[in-house]
Amino acid sequence: MATRTEFKNPLVRWVDERLPVFTYMDHEYNRFPMPKNLNYLWSFGALASIVLVVMIVTGVMLAMQYTAHVDFAFESVERIMRDVNYGWLLRYLHMNGGSMFFIVVYIHVFRGLYYGSYKAPRELLWMLGVIILLLMMATAFMGYVLPWGQMSFWAATVITNLFSAIPWIGDAIVTWLWGGFAVDNPTLNRFYALHYLFPFLIFAVVGLHVVAVHITGSNNPTGVEVQSPRDTVTFHPYFTTKDSVGLGVFLIFFAAVVFFAPNMFGEPDNYIKADPLNTPPHIVPEWYFLPYYAILRAVPDNFIGSWIGFVLVDAKLAGVIAMFGSILVLLLVPWLDTSKVRSARYRPIYKWFFWILVVDCIVLGWVGANPPEGKFIAIGRLATAYYFAHFLILMPLLGKFERPLPLPASISEPVLKGAASQMEKA
Amino acid sequence: MMRTTRILIVAAIAIVTAAGTARSAVEDIELPDMDWSWEGPLGTFDRAQLQRGLQGFTEICLACHGLRLVAYRNLQALGYDEEEVKAYAANFEVQDGPDENGEMYMREAIPSDRFVSPYPNEQAARAANNGAYPPDLSVMTKARKGGADYVYALLIGYEEPPEGFEPMAGMNYNKYFPGKQIAMPQPLFPDAVEYADGTPATVEQIAADVTAFLAWAAEPELEERKSLGIKVLAFLGLFTIMLVALKRRVWADVKKH
Repeated sequence: MATRTEFKNPLVRWVDERLPVFTYMDHEYNRFPMPKNLNYLWSFGALASIVLVVMIVTGVMLAMQYTAHVDFAFESVERIMRDVNYGWLLRYLHMNGGSMFFIVVYIHVFRGLYYGSYKAPRELLWMLGVIILLLMMATAFMGYVLPWGQMSFWAATVITNLFSAIPWIGDAIVTWLWGGFAVDNPTLNRFYALHYLFPFLIFAVVGLHVVAVHITGSNNPTGVEVQSPRDTVTFHPYFTTKDSVGLGVFLIFFAAVVFFAPNMFGEPDNYIKADPLNTPPHIVPEWYFLPYYAILRAVPDNFIGSWIGFVLVDAKLAGVIAMFGSILVLLLVPWLDTSKVRSARYRPIYKWFFWILVVDCIVLGWVGANPPEGKFIAIGRLATAYYFAHFLILMPLLGKFERPLPLPASISEPVLKGAASQMEKA
Repeated sequence: MMRTTRILIVAAIAIVTAAGTARSAVEDIELPDMDWSWEGPLGTFDRAQLQRGLQGFTEICLACHGLRLVAYRNLQALGYDEEEVKAYAANFEVQDGPDENGEMYMREAIPSDRFVSPYPNEQAARAANNGAYPPDLSVMTKARKGGADYVYALLIGYEEPPEGFEPMAGMNYNKYFPGKQIAMPQPLFPDAVEYADGTPATVEQIAADVTAFLAWAAEPELEERKSLGIKVLAFLGLFTIMLVALKRRVWADVKKH
């Protein structure tokens, strides 16, 4: 923080001289220079932080009514839906807010991959983002267990059992996670405690993520660094208004789901109370975990899924490593990508591989939603292999062999050109 | 701008496809696609149908199935007044206590009680039903793929088994039930109930009415949710248009030079 801002209001000045929060806000959210060519994909970071706040607020209010006990959890959620004032709204906002969070964050991540936002000097910014994603996944998983429906219970059983794949100490770890010898009341209680704790950890890492982006500044669609004040506009009013438009459109989508299709993303089975003696025919996770579920099951001789009974013992470490590896590989992306050029806009070959990766992730999701039989086994393995090949083979090689298009001299150059050609047309 | 729009569209399609595949995980049985009154963004329940549904539910389903998450007082939403709800609740006996002598006792149900289940526990239910457990129906239309359409289909899905299909002992053929055989015997027959409003009680009519009642029981907030949703969307739409105008105005000078 360079210099303190001078404030007219004496009270504000008094506080600011002792604790420069107003100067900080002024620097970081008022005068902060932003590349002027950012498109709406750059709104998704702000959207994600807003969804996080919505989740924390609705979550705290739900926690005031929820009972974390295997005999009452399902009923207490239904009581929230039926007897608490606007309880159905709180619950549907929170339940669908999870899906919204992942939609927004996945777009945010793919935007980063497309425009090379992970490259120097933004490596730590990117890695903090990957950590946020991991924390989100843990939080969402534990939250899904709380209503104590059939999918809650069996998802908890399948996922916690993954840890039994760890050699030597696996079984002991699973017992320790459960707080017993099966998913039961102690498991529900600790998941509730952690589900309440983790969002605040996310909040803290988001804080670091924001600090980091304010050090390096935002990347932009050209991938060319800001060179002069001519390339930038101030955060306020330019991006406060632009992000507000993005927020408005997003809220329309969010509200449409919450009010008119609140169970669209959910599994009907989760409206059946958990029954440890009755395994559902198909255990599927929430949609945002389907690609990882496909990767988990892609490793040969590892069929976790349809027939839990005997598989758990057989679960091979490789599948678990592949699943966690699919996220952890993202941490290495800043070094796996050897290209000097950031934005896919100027990378004619990478651009195509980017879209193939997007399709590959959708295919993985589709495979994850289906039982591991017949063609799904082969497709799942192929798509998994491609996923890792994209990061571990294609990314390093493309940087060496691809011939990037000429980069603009600065952000202003293509903007000026665009404006000039538009004026000619007019 | 074009590029952004294109990317956003592709991303949106990707999400919708991914969500779609998640839903089609289990093989689909062709269900009759009913035109329910509460479908669509402006759909509401038909009070007369809900009342018929309650009658059908009370006289037929309630013999074996519970509705433990719904309270008698909730029936006011069906268009009954307080006295009618009191009278309805009084048909049921609920265990209360302990009294001052430490004894549990039975009393008439009152509106604040939840629907009394026909069996005290799962074991009693199974013992009375040849080992099968008639599930509680409170959230049934939300707890099955196909929702209300499935519940309706199941109620009308009883027929003679096809050649060569022999249901197991005590099981009944139902073409919509997974595995095609179900422990529940055919529950609905023509004129099984006599509707107070004179509606002819065909099997299809009773099935539709009971399904409507169960859809209400599962989502009693549905009407309030949709009407609030319309207001919220109208506000957000207008607000977003204003934000777009504001943003254009603020950015106008940036585009020029």
